[in-house]
Amino acid sequence: MSDQDYILQVKDLKQYFYPDRKHVVKAVDGVSFNVRRGTTFGLVGESGSGKSTIGKDLIRLNDPTSGSILFNGEEIAGKMRRERIKNLTSKMQMIFQDPMASLNPKKKVIDIVAEGLDANHLYSSREERTEKVCRMLETVGLSREFANRYPHMFSGGQRQRIGIARAIIMDPDLIIADECISALDVSIQAQVVNLMKDLQDARKLTYVFIAHDLSMVKYISDYIGVLHLGHMVEMGTKDDIFDHPIHPYTKSLLSAIPEPNPETERVRKVQGYDYFTSGIDYDQGTEHFLNETHSVLCTDEEFARWTI
Amino acid sequence: MENEYVIQNGEPILEIKDLSVSFDTTRGRLNAIRGVNLTLHKGETVAIVGESGSGKSVTVKNVMGIASSNQVVNSGEILYTYVDNGEKKTVDLLKYTKKKLIREINGKHIAMVFQDPMTALNPLFTIGYQLSEGLMLHKKMSKKEAWARSAELLEEVGITDPELCLKRYPHQLSGGMRQRVVIAIAVSCDPDILICDEPTTALDVTIQAKILELIQEMQRKKNISVIYITHDLGVVAKVADFVCVMYAGKIVERGTAQEIYFNARHPYTWGLLLSMPDLSTKDDRLYTIPGSPPNLLHEVKGDAFAARNAYALEIDFEEEPPMFRLSDTHEVASWLEHPDAPKVDVPEELQRRLEHMRSKSRAPEGGNADE
Repeated sequence: MSDQDYILQVKDLKQYFYPDRKHVVKAVDGVSFNVRRGTTFGLVGESGSGKSTIGKDLIRLNDPTSGSILFNGEEIAGKMRRERIKNLTSKMQMIFQDPMASLNPKKKVIDIVAEGLDANHLYSSREERTEKVCRMLETVGLSREFANRYPHMFSGGQRQRIGIARAIIMDPDLIIADECISALDVSIQAQVVNLMKDLQDARKLTYVFIAHDLSMVKYISDYIGVLHLGHMVEMGTKDDIFDHPIHPYTKSLLSAIPEPNPETERVRKVQGYDYFTSGIDYDQGTEHFLNETHSVLCTDEEFARWTI
Repeated sequence: MENEYVIQNGEPILEIKDLSVSFDTTRGRLNAIRGVNLTLHKGETVAIVGESGSGKSVTVKNVMGIASSNQVVNSGEILYTYVDNGEKKTVDLLKYTKKKLIREINGKHIAMVFQDPMTALNPLFTIGYQLSEGLMLHKKMSKKEAWARSAELLEEVGITDPELCLKRYPHQLSGGMRQRVVIAIAVSCDPDILICDEPTTALDVTIQAKILELIQEMQRKKNISVIYITHDLGVVAKVADFVCVMYAGKIVERGTAQEIYFNARHPYTWGLLLSMPDLSTKDDRLYTIPGSPPNLLHEVKGDAFAARNAYALEIDFEEEPPMFRLSDTHEVASWLEHPDAPKVDVPEELQRRLEHMRSKSRAPEGGNADE
């Protein structure tokens, strides 16, 4: 496997916050993962596990405390030259959770979607700008008449489509989708996910898909990383994670997925997992590989115990 | 008190009859609810499912008397039966003024758990103050008694250090803890009915299951009847005895959870079931219901779902389907159930899933489920 296959290589990423002089919040504490070009990498975990922080680190909304992030083979974790920042911000895009909060209510859709074009002067005339935006709106399944409307005139699903149009108009290689469907209705979620899949096929996009809805993550992802308290506790292909979970936290997460089946659902009990009483210390653990893709964070002793 | 009347399990305690509600908006009159009938029996759990805008929240807001001010009730009644001083009483909640409803019914008889625990709690007051407030008002407790009872309640909902928690402010608690506090407040005055409006949507999966189990436990302990409003069919499967599927201000299918999940008859219910990715899905694309819900500003002619319905018949565009009775508990508003209608089979993918589900429920429980 050459490095060319990986669009994103994250190594030992750390993000600490210092809320005051006495405290340190280790939001992300030594996370490493690679994302292969054209695939979808799902990041799952409960709130506070650091999944959104990683997303923000990747697109440099946060400055990582330490570690390295290679994007298309270029280091983007430290200080960067201006051109590299420009390259980064256009080749990596983000879709946010709440479509209403992420669209400026005072701007028309055309100006929202064209913002990236404006910043990078990617058109020669006003007509070209309009044409590019309209074509993009049609790509995401909206009518071109919508260009002159304001965000509040749309439904939740349509707003999320505008967010997607804004992201892909820059023709990015990587899209970070941070809980981009959690705020939508079930039937609308399906529409948006289908759209994202279509765009991936048509444009060879790579997604980092951050979510806590595991059934959707299983559906869309090729690889899944399970985060807990800032540590990547288990990582593997979706079949590795869903069919052969090793780490007790992964098992607990999987047991929490609700199933649309009243008979099994009624008797289902969620497997509890409490880090502080479990005797597991993430700082002691090292990466243990079960096979080429499937890895778990644990000590040798735990590895032996869990894999029996 | 020998001859005190006690409502038995299975007796109706809340009956919504032919409720029809509109909103006066700047763009005209919006018919949000168009004739909803719903009965809640003592000790039961009813879930109302549907997309946003289907009117599920408006329905229960009318029960609580907290609907917005531009609402007009066109017709209907909400009958609530309760025991007062040993006597059985039935009242129409729609005839109550807002003030009377808040003083006499809300909290004491009917309580509600909201979607977002942060907005449901007042950020300026401590948890202890907000919990004891209702106890002092409805249960006529002294401040000291109420405080002690509050600590007990917090312990009941699984908060480890209740005394400390009472002195905290909402922002100092995590999302799951906050929702526990909201549930403690809701059950503090021993209500007969608990309405849960998307109680777990704002929480993540691991906590979601715990909160649902907590609500169920409270329900069993205090014999409360519960109405759930949700769009998550996984949640419904876990908690509901009866399911009402709502679409465009009407209930289009109702039945026991078994009937809705294993023997759904309305095409909209099929769509809802299919658009949920199930863990066995191998398909490349998720099923979606085409189109979007009708604009209720305009009068709906025929079946509101007809335009999005692949199985729509000609009559669907002309006349509204009545409720067809399939069993004592199962009713469907779809012309497909008419004796003259062509026979339509459940979509293939759904059939495959049902097979899968049936085989799973028949197989002995393995793994996590058997504790």
